[in-house]
Amino acid sequence: MITKSLYQEVILDHNRNPRNYGSLDNANRSAEGHNPLCGDHLNIKINLSENLIIDSITFQGESCAICKASASMMTTNVKGKTQADAETMIKEFRDMTVGQLEPDDDHHLGRLTVFVGVRDLPTRVKCAILPWHTLHAALNSITTTSTEADDDPMHISIGNAS
Amino acid sequence: MTPIESSLRSSETSMLNVEQIRSDFPILKLKIDDKQLVYFDNAASSQMPKIVMDRMLRYQTMEHANINRAVHYLSETATAEYEKSRHKLKNFINANEDREIIFTSGTTDAINLVAHSYGRKFISSGDEIILTVLEHHSNIVPWQMLAKENGAKIRVVPINDTGELLIDEYKKLFNKNTKFVGVTHVSNAIGTINPIKEMIEFAHAHGVPVLVDGAQAAPHMKIDVQELNCDFYTFSGHKLCGPTGIGILYGKANQLNRMKPFKGGGDMITSVTFEKTIYNTIPHKFEAGTPPIAAAIGFGAAIDYLSSIDLSTIEAYEQSLINYATEQINNIPGIRIIGSAAEKVAVLSFSVDGVHPHDIGTLLNQEGIAVRTGHHCAQPVMQHFKVPATTRASFSFYNSMAEIDVLITGIQKVQKVFL
Repeated sequence: MITKSLYQEVILDHNRNPRNYGSLDNANRSAEGHNPLCGDHLNIKINLSENLIIDSITFQGESCAICKASASMMTTNVKGKTQADAETMIKEFRDMTVGQLEPDDDHHLGRLTVFVGVRDLPTRVKCAILPWHTLHAALNSITTTSTEADDDPMHISIGNAS
Repeated sequence: MTPIESSLRSSETSMLNVEQIRSDFPILKLKIDDKQLVYFDNAASSQMPKIVMDRMLRYQTMEHANINRAVHYLSETATAEYEKSRHKLKNFINANEDREIIFTSGTTDAINLVAHSYGRKFISSGDEIILTVLEHHSNIVPWQMLAKENGAKIRVVPINDTGELLIDEYKKLFNKNTKFVGVTHVSNAIGTINPIKEMIEFAHAHGVPVLVDGAQAAPHMKIDVQELNCDFYTFSGHKLCGPTGIGILYGKANQLNRMKPFKGGGDMITSVTFEKTIYNTIPHKFEAGTPPIAAAIGFGAAIDYLSSIDLSTIEAYEQSLINYATEQINNIPGIRIIGSAAEKVAVLSFSVDGVHPHDIGTLLNQEGIAVRTGHHCAQPVMQHFKVPATTRASFSFYNSMAEIDVLITGIQKVQKVFL
C-alpha cells in the first residue's frame, strides 16, 4: 500500500530533525504560505545573490510531517542552485505529485522522489506541495500565497476536504 | 483484560446484538487493502443498511414517477410513498402534524431556509441573533449572511474548558433586541449535548423563537419536538443510515405559516399568473420543484430501521462505546481528549502530542481505520481549545468494542512511527 511507503525513514528523519529550520537575518526574499484546508502555514526566507543564486534558505511554521519533511528536503536541495534551476525543480516536484512526471523520467529531484506516494492521497498532495509553492512565491516576490489562491500558478483543484 | 474492559464487554451483548446488526450493513465487510474497515467517521456520514438500499431500488424499479402531478398509477404511488415518509418522520420526532415536516436537501439547506424565510421577514437592523461557539459552520454562516445584509448582530454563547456552554452567559445575552436563537443540540466536533430544553424555555420566556440543529443528535437519542417545545428542529438523512441529499426541517405550523417562501417554482404554488402568484400551504410552500423522491422514501426506510432497534437502546449502547474508548485512550500517554462534557454523545476528539492530525489520519487509514481529521467545520471550537485541528473518532451502534481496540492499537502504532 502506498501510505506504507509514504512515511519512509528519510521523511520521518527530516520531520524529526528538520534542516534549515529557523529564521534568516539577511534575507532579501521571503513568503508566507498557507493551506487553509488544514490551517498549516509556513514561512520561507531566502538570501538570493546578485547573480540569482540561492545562497541561503530557511523555513519555519506549523505543519504535518509530510509538509515539514518536504520543506526540509527542499531547502537542502535548492541551496546553492540558481533561481532558474529552483523553478525547474518546483515544476518537476509538482508534476511528480500530480502524476505528470514519473520517478524514472529525466528530472532534477534526486531523493525528493520519496514523495511520489502522495499522488495516491489527493488530500495530502497539498501538504507536500505547500513548501514549493511558497518557495515559488518568495522567488517571485509574492509575500503571501495559499494553496487555494485563484491566481496561484501552482493551483490545482483537488476538492475541498472540509 | 481489565475488570472494566470485561464488564463493558459483557454489557455490550446484553443490550444489542452487534454482530447481527453489522450483518445488515454490507459496507462493514469491506477491506481497505488487506485491512478490515473500521468505520469511525459516523458524525460525518453514517453507513446504510441493505434494507434501505433495497427500498430505494424497489421505488426506482416499480414505483417511480413525479409526485403531486398526474392521475396515473405511478404518480399516485410515488406521492403516497413520499408522504408516508413524511408521516414516519413526524412520528419519529413526535411532531404534532405531518405538515410540520418540510423535506430539505439536508440540515444546511434547512437552516438556510429559516435564515431566509423567517430571518428576512422578522429580523432587521439592530436585532440580535444568539448562536453558540459549538455551532457547525452551517449554523453560523447563513446567519452571518443575513446579518451582513440587514445589519442584524450575532451574539455568541461561550464554552468552558470541558466544552460545555456557559448557560449563565447565554442568559445574560438576552435583551429587548434579541430576536432569534440558533443552537446545536450536539456539538459535531466534540460531542457535547447542550441543555436545549432549558435554553428554549428561557428564550421563550423572552418571546424569542429557537432553531435547534439536530444533525448530530437525532442519530443518537430519542427526539421529542413537542416536549422540547423548539420552534424549529433539523437533521439530515445521511447521518441516520439514510441517503444523502435529503433531510428535514421541523417547524411549528404557526411559525411556518407566517414565514415567506424560500425557493420559488413548481409545487409551492396554488395558482400563477404574471400578475399574481398564490403560494401553496405548508409543507408544499417550502418544497419547490421535484424533490429527491427516492431519497425521501429511503429516509423513511432508515427511520423504520432505527425505530426497530429503538433509539434508547442505541443511546445506551453508544454510551458504553464512548465510555470504553475514553477509558482506553486515557491509558495511552501523550493523548489529549478535546471535549469532556459531562453529557456527550459517542464522539471522541483528541490530539496526540507531537503528531499532526493529518499524519494520524493517514497512518490510521493504513490500518483500515476511517477517522476524521481537521477542524470539523467548527473553527470557533478549535480556536477555543487552541488547536488547529483534531482527530475525531465518532461511533455508531454498529461499531464494536473490538473495533475500539483496533483504534487504540492504531494510535499506539502512530506514536511509535513518530517516536
